[in-house]
Amino acid sequence: MESQNTKKGAAIKLFDWFESRLGLAKPMIEAALHPTPARSASWWYVFGSAATVLLVLQVVTGILLGLVYTPSAGEAWSSLQFLNHDVTLGWFLRAMHGWGSDFMIAIVIIHMVQVFLFGAYKFPRELTWIIGVFLLLLTLGMAFTGQVLRFDQDAYWGLGIGASIISRIPIVGGPMVGLLLGGPIIGGPTLARFFALHVFIIPGTLLALVALHVWMVLKLGINEWPMPGRVVSKTSYLREYQEETHKNGVPFVPDAAWKDAVFAAAILLSVMACALLLGPIGPTGQPDPTIIQTAPKPDFAFLWIYAVLAYLPADMETPFLFIAPIVVIGGMLLLPLVAGEGEKHWSRRPVAVLMLAVIAVTLGTFTQLGTYTPWSPQMEAWSGDTIPTQYLEGRSPLERQGALVLQNKQCRDCHALGGEGGMRGPALDTIAARMTEDQMIRQVLQGGGNMPAYGKALSPAETHALVSFLMTLRGKDLQPAVDFSRTLTRADNGAAPPAASGEGAR
Amino acid sequence: MSTSKQHGGAEHAEGAAQAAEQTESRGAVQSRRAFLFKLSLALNGVVGAVVAVPILGYILGPALKKNASYNSWVSLGSVADFPEGETRMVDFRNPVTMVADGMTANSACWVRHVESKKFQVFAINCAHLGCPVRWFPQSRLFLCPCHGGAYYEDGSRASGPPERGLFEYNYTVAGNHLMIEAGSLPTLATEACDRRTKPLVQIEPGAPGTSADEDANTTRSS
Repeated sequence: MESQNTKKGAAIKLFDWFESRLGLAKPMIEAALHPTPARSASWWYVFGSAATVLLVLQVVTGILLGLVYTPSAGEAWSSLQFLNHDVTLGWFLRAMHGWGSDFMIAIVIIHMVQVFLFGAYKFPRELTWIIGVFLLLLTLGMAFTGQVLRFDQDAYWGLGIGASIISRIPIVGGPMVGLLLGGPIIGGPTLARFFALHVFIIPGTLLALVALHVWMVLKLGINEWPMPGRVVSKTSYLREYQEETHKNGVPFVPDAAWKDAVFAAAILLSVMACALLLGPIGPTGQPDPTIIQTAPKPDFAFLWIYAVLAYLPADMETPFLFIAPIVVIGGMLLLPLVAGEGEKHWSRRPVAVLMLAVIAVTLGTFTQLGTYTPWSPQMEAWSGDTIPTQYLEGRSPLERQGALVLQNKQCRDCHALGGEGGMRGPALDTIAARMTEDQMIRQVLQGGGNMPAYGKALSPAETHALVSFLMTLRGKDLQPAVDFSRTLTRADNGAAPPAASGEGAR
Repeated sequence: MSTSKQHGGAEHAEGAAQAAEQTESRGAVQSRRAFLFKLSLALNGVVGAVVAVPILGYILGPALKKNASYNSWVSLGSVADFPEGETRMVDFRNPVTMVADGMTANSACWVRHVESKKFQVFAINCAHLGCPVRWFPQSRLFLCPCHGGAYYEDGSRASGPPERGLFEYNYTVAGNHLMIEAGSLPTLATEACDRRTKPLVQIEPGAPGTSADEDANTTRSS
């Protein structure tokens, strides 16, 4: 007993020795015990801490990858192959870092949605939200620069896309491209720049802002559970919050913190499970600009931008690229300043809920489209995809020749048949039910509506064969398209209607 | 000097007459220290500005350099390698490289031999967002795999999101060799081609992909 007491005494002495010099224990204990509104010790309030834990995971795995990774354009790709295949558990560390990044983006966005829905950005937590917006942007910046460090084909052409976008800025576009690339081409200095951004500049800023963000959460207290009818007012909120937490508050540790800890552990296990089961992300082909058999694609978080750029009308693209980000980011930053008071509960904020729903559906739809890129031509469809047999059965030699023309002239790259081929143009399975022969000939020769003109690439014989084949494509029971004006003209002349002649051509 | 006066003025304005009385003797010392402190701030401001000059120069270096200054003439091989009427891809090494560039200093372009000494050398990069375009001789089109930009064989815009035709390199036939002026990544700002000879935007006002495209094609090839 006595020896235990002296041991304990020694431990306390040691603690006191440090504490009298550091003075950290007292404020840390105070912070841990700070009163939290009882209902806010909830599973809904675990996302912020989970994001922080993921950030720590990213820092640790990032440093470990840095032990092997070579930030040189000539060697980065092979150093990743080396990590994947030759370094013990190198593949797993890469996988953890890659999936950790996806999880971090997801958790940060969920955190933001929760804060928005719960009205937590309102007075006095406006600045916490504003810093949070920057944290989101920095997280996305980490994702983009990280994708560049995975120096493969996607990274190379992704940089090219970035340079092309920036080059559109009037006047300063050229110098800004130089600033981005660090030279005239995508090369050694470019990767070195993105390495510095990904490893020093962005993480440094990120950590500093996270510290501020957490500091403000401690200083201002955790947002109370929103109640319909409880209105935030700048004159009374602080007093009300004080009363609430004093009356019904619980200490953050342990009442709320255990949920954060359990969720963080679950998230870490999920990252490990993804890493184990799905493996490291990339690298794809090597970043050789002379290998053009590639369809570069951004990482998941940026697929929606890829989709938006594909669907915007050409002449709206540049204005959109430079105005939309300012409006969106500006809107997010101004939100708490504009709507800093009033109801917090989602049932009393229909516009906010509607906005969130619209944004979520929009981003979700564009991302989903980005996963299969219907706007991209399928570059191998013309030589690789088959023509369904029912489209060839019982067809005349001319029509079959037309089917060959359809394949050989790359039509399939943009037009699907039987569900195979590009989706850039309309599928041709029932084209004859929608277009008359004349319309088809015009469309093929002159193009239009996002289709190139094939007048110079087709001989009259080829056009004739192609259109003959297309005229057979009208599904099972559909009537061929009819030019009504022609019927009238012919009826005037007492001739047969064109539907019959269409049948004859078949 | 004037700053220390201002400091005193501010104190006075606060109406801290008591404090002024109490610290009358220390006041002289304090105003000197305050002055010295301000002087040190000013000194550091000046030093900071001086330090910033080389730092900014270093950071902005690549931005301030004219793109044309990177360009030089690169040989794409013998003219005989390019049969008349055909379009072929050629690889070349960027004229300015460093060891760390590795394979990224390689580049490619499409060479179209129009007739005898007339060529067109197109950048591999789509004029929309820079993805690598592929040539399909059967349909006489360049197609971009990213967003589906399409160009005719003379490089003019056929359809899709690009606002203009393919970037072209300046070329010359020196003896038996086809040379192009290359050196920087072709983008709208650092066009491969001389901007004076080709308008930046070739798209016709009005709906994209309508008959205007066809007009553009015929006028350009005629």
